[in-house]
Amino acid sequence: MPVISLTVNGNPVTADVEPRWLLSRLLRDHLGLTGTHVGCDTSQCGACVIHVDGKPVKSCAMLAAQADGAQITTIEGLAQKGKLHPMQEAFRDNHALQCGFCTPGMVMMSVALATEQPDLDEPAVRKGLEGNLCRCTGYQNIINAVMVGAKAMRG
Amino acid sequence: MYEFEYHQPKSLEEATKLFADADDPQFMAGGQTIIPVMKQRLAMPSDIIDLGKISDLQGISVDGGALTIGAMTHHNEVAGSDEVRKAIPALAELASHIGDPAVRNRGTIGGSIANNDPAADYPAALVALGATVQTTSREIAAEDFFTAMFETALDEGEMIVNVTFPAPEKAAYEKFPNPASRYATTGVFVAKTGESVRVAVTGAGACVFRQIDFEKALLGDFSPSALDGLTVSTDGLNSDLHASAEYRANLISVLAKRAVKHAG
Ligand SMILES: Cc1cc2nc3c(=O)[nH]c(=O)nc-3n(C[C@H](O)[C@H](O)[C@H](O)COP(=O)(O)OP(=O)(O)OC[C@H]3O[C@@H](n4cnc5c(N)ncnc54)[C@H](O)[C@@H]3O)c2cc1C
Ligand code: FES
Ligand code: FES
Repeated sequence: MPVISLTVNGNPVTADVEPRWLLSRLLRDHLGLTGTHVGCDTSQCGACVIHVDGKPVKSCAMLAAQADGAQITTIEGLAQKGKLHPMQEAFRDNHALQCGFCTPGMVMMSVALATEQPDLDEPAVRKGLEGNLCRCTGYQNIINAVMVGAKAMRG
Repeated sequence: MYEFEYHQPKSLEEATKLFADADDPQFMAGGQTIIPVMKQRLAMPSDIIDLGKISDLQGISVDGGALTIGAMTHHNEVAGSDEVRKAIPALAELASHIGDPAVRNRGTIGGSIANNDPAADYPAALVALGATVQTTSREIAAEDFFTAMFETALDEGEMIVNVTFPAPEKAAYEKFPNPASRYATTGVFVAKTGESVRVAVTGAGACVFRQIDFEKALLGDFSPSALDGLTVSTDGLNSDLHASAEYRANLISVLAKRAVKHAG
């Protein structure tokens, strides 16, 4: 079994992984980071989006072995010192979730969009969230939240 | 997913050797197709050879009028590259509309064309721009590369190293995306280079093809109205739950006109 070393939410991790383990499995079943949700397991829903070296990827479509040497951030790594990340705060304030299943992926994708595009506008939010499905909210409040969260991130 | 051995070679030679020595190996680029296919147990390779750490497969470069993109270049890199935006903006535009941001961060040009999904975007760009695929053993013209649905001219163990695109005078791509996957229900890439015009269609048939009558009409008059009155036959076009053959035939005309207008 390959032994991999990576950084997860700032902490060094060394793990003995089976080649067929998905990154989502390593995070959830072996590191206990169950904030990363697996909605479809077929690359469609985006609930499993995390950041690998700062970029949003679907953790159900990447092998754990491929994360050797990577810097990983999951939803658990966003809040700092017990204070929610501005994007999480914006989701809460704008009623951007109902059941909350899609939310970790939505927030991780939204943080990446706002980081990569400092001038993020509404059409760019809609395009950026094309790979994140929500069965509850109807999306409008999510879009509103991302606009607010992106503004808060700009400071 | 069934068990397999995982390898991460650092060079093309090492990858070739690993492939030759394994029982039933498969290369892996970003895994965006091969991982889902393995989960469904439609592929059961004994060995996965991850191409992610091979430097010869990386990078974008411009030499004279030609743009070369390494096989392992992710869609987001092509979309965001200043070199691509300058040399062939239509190609950067195409890459920026593949799937969603997470798919674009892992999916690669090499994986996309090796897979030759009938609804993939890149095949249309390669054929319309007259690109050349450099493999570990030869150069293959784009038109000879895409042979049939999910099939290419690649031999067992042959790897795509890079793709070279001659810069056109004008080019544009228009697609009607499937609303769920963003794959092309139909997509049309139009390119004008000196004395030639090429129109390549993806998503409509089993494999990318050229719309020769459109090319002839556009050669004399590169304007949307040059395509007025030309109808597309439904022969060989796909009919599925997303669109009928008639609908796709009409999309080819509509999208070709839009692409010509967009190309300017
Ligand atoms: C949700 C979703 C939406 C998508 N939407 C679109 C879309 O709108 N348009 C579109 O065009 N595509 C789309 N795709 C496909 C995506 O763009 C990927 O390019 C494609 O899945 C290939 O992925 P990959 O590059 O990771 O290759 P892999 O999955 O790693 O490999 C695919 C195949 O290519 C072979 N291969 C890979 N690299 C090489 C090489 N260098 N030499 C020889 N063989 C090689 C592998 O052995 C394998 O058989 C989508 C995918 C997903 C999951
Ligand atoms: S669980 Fe990964 S995309 Fe749905
Ligand atoms: S809040 Fe329930 S799926 Fe989005």
